[in-house]
Amino acid sequence: MATKASRTAARMMISPAVVLLLGWMLVPLSLTIYFSFLRYNLITPGTNPFVGWENYYWFLTDPSFKAAMINTLVLVGGVLLITVVGGILMALLLDQPMWGQGIIRIMVIAPFFVMPTVSGLIWKNMFMNPVNGIFGHIAQGLGVEPISFFSQIPLLSIIFIVSWQWLPFATLILLTALQSLDQEQLEAAEMDGASWISRFFYIMLPHLARSITVVILIQTIFLLSIFAEILVTTNGGPGTSTTNLTYLIYVASLLQFDVGMGSAGGVIAIILANIVAIFLMRMIGKNLDA
Amino acid sequence: MARSVKTSRKAVTTLVAGTLGLLMFFPVLWIVILSFKSEGDAIKAPLAVLFSTDWTTESYGAVQARSDYLKHFSNSVVISFGSTFLGLLVAIPAAWAMAFVPGKRTKDVLMWMLSTKMLPPVGVLVPIYLIFRDLGILDSRVGLVFVLMMINLPIIIWMLFTYFREIPGEILEAARMDGASLREEIIHVLTPMAIPGIASTVLLNIILAWNEAFWTLNLTSAKAAPLTAFIASYSSPEGLFYAKLSAASVMAIAPILILGWFSQKQLVRGLTFGAVK
Repeated sequence: MATKASRTAARMMISPAVVLLLGWMLVPLSLTIYFSFLRYNLITPGTNPFVGWENYYWFLTDPSFKAAMINTLVLVGGVLLITVVGGILMALLLDQPMWGQGIIRIMVIAPFFVMPTVSGLIWKNMFMNPVNGIFGHIAQGLGVEPISFFSQIPLLSIIFIVSWQWLPFATLILLTALQSLDQEQLEAAEMDGASWISRFFYIMLPHLARSITVVILIQTIFLLSIFAEILVTTNGGPGTSTTNLTYLIYVASLLQFDVGMGSAGGVIAIILANIVAIFLMRMIGKNLDA
Repeated sequence: MARSVKTSRKAVTTLVAGTLGLLMFFPVLWIVILSFKSEGDAIKAPLAVLFSTDWTTESYGAVQARSDYLKHFSNSVVISFGSTFLGLLVAIPAAWAMAFVPGKRTKDVLMWMLSTKMLPPVGVLVPIYLIFRDLGILDSRVGLVFVLMMINLPIIIWMLFTYFREIPGEILEAARMDGASLREEIIHVLTPMAIPGIASTVLLNIILAWNEAFWTLNLTSAKAAPLTAFIASYSSPEGLFYAKLSAASVMAIAPILILGWFSQKQLVRGLTFGAVK
């Protein structure tokens, strides 16, 4: 049983972290909300009058907002689909007995440690460049017209690059979960004549369900904020075809210097992220009790 | 009991998994090869690149000459190590207290700390940028160390908490019975048991800070730019640059790739906040 003295000590030990995080959260957050109601552009200094919901109105009715929302959904959805399905298959494969498992595992995980600007640029130049990239050379070798990835299928190209980075994460987590599966249960099912498919759907998949949800939620939080990959490959273009919500707000804030508009966008991004966060927090919270 | 597996099946699995692993790893392997080629060779067809026997290290020198690689490297080191170290100073006491003297609200505090991590960075980009501009710490290492410490603090506290919680409380009570003071308890009993967990936390957070590419790109221009921003400067093409880009990329990712391979397990625990172990 903790004594009163140790409780006071504990409180003092927690407080620096709490104070810092509280400041980190409250100060910028309240400023974002405050700025979002002002007409405030860094290029035109002067008074920054209160304009009510005007920024929100212009941000939400701008056609590029609709495009950015659709791009964000396609980007997050596409990457999730590829990484979760791919991750399950990869984890099932790596869980099998094989030679050199350690080395193979290391090769599969490596992309996760490559910084976003590097992976954006090497895929853009060494692979997807229609003239000098590997894909271009392969197309020439086969005698077909090389694809110009970032002008013909820009969003798909970004989805591909980001999936390459996140597939290792999904694989690693699902593999960890798979390895905690009771082997005897699987063997018993096998003895009873359960086919590989029914063992997968009735034993493995239910066991993985929780981890799959965790992978989806955590990746969504990170994928909503994809930025560097877009910056170094397409700059959001052509047009707005690869502009996601994060990039749109970046353009409004730091390229057009429109503090009011950028802040309104920021508030919208926060609301969207919170919808995902609520589900994630509930899952993690449940785990804390166990 | 290990199941006996047919050798032929094992061979097929090895072949399939090995091929997939090689495909995933290929881009990294490819830039390592290109980085030792001349610029003229680096844009040739893949087979021509593979079978050319001219190897050169000139690109590595060229990268340093083009834009002072070492300066950016040292920025990356200062920012990632600095933010992790400062984060530890704040996080260790907090995680210790929550793991060993849990109160009624401990769970709420932990969940609230986690929720700050869910805040999308772009939502607070404008105020942070303006505050930094007014304080004169835009494009400074100090500013970035602070920002990266703050964004990783929830992860550091959570990871430490999950490690500390696994240290049996009876040992602490025994020490207390023997008359150990709080200070002695921490130095002689807790620290030795906590070091593996702390080491794992440090490892993962250095990796995360090293690769962070939202704040480092938006808050730096020249002086404090770490490797993420340095590499981004290659996004506007400049004649033949594949070999140089490869050399710069290899140097930027090599240290973290090596650290990363040691941290596979911690990665799962750290990034899922203990929800998957």
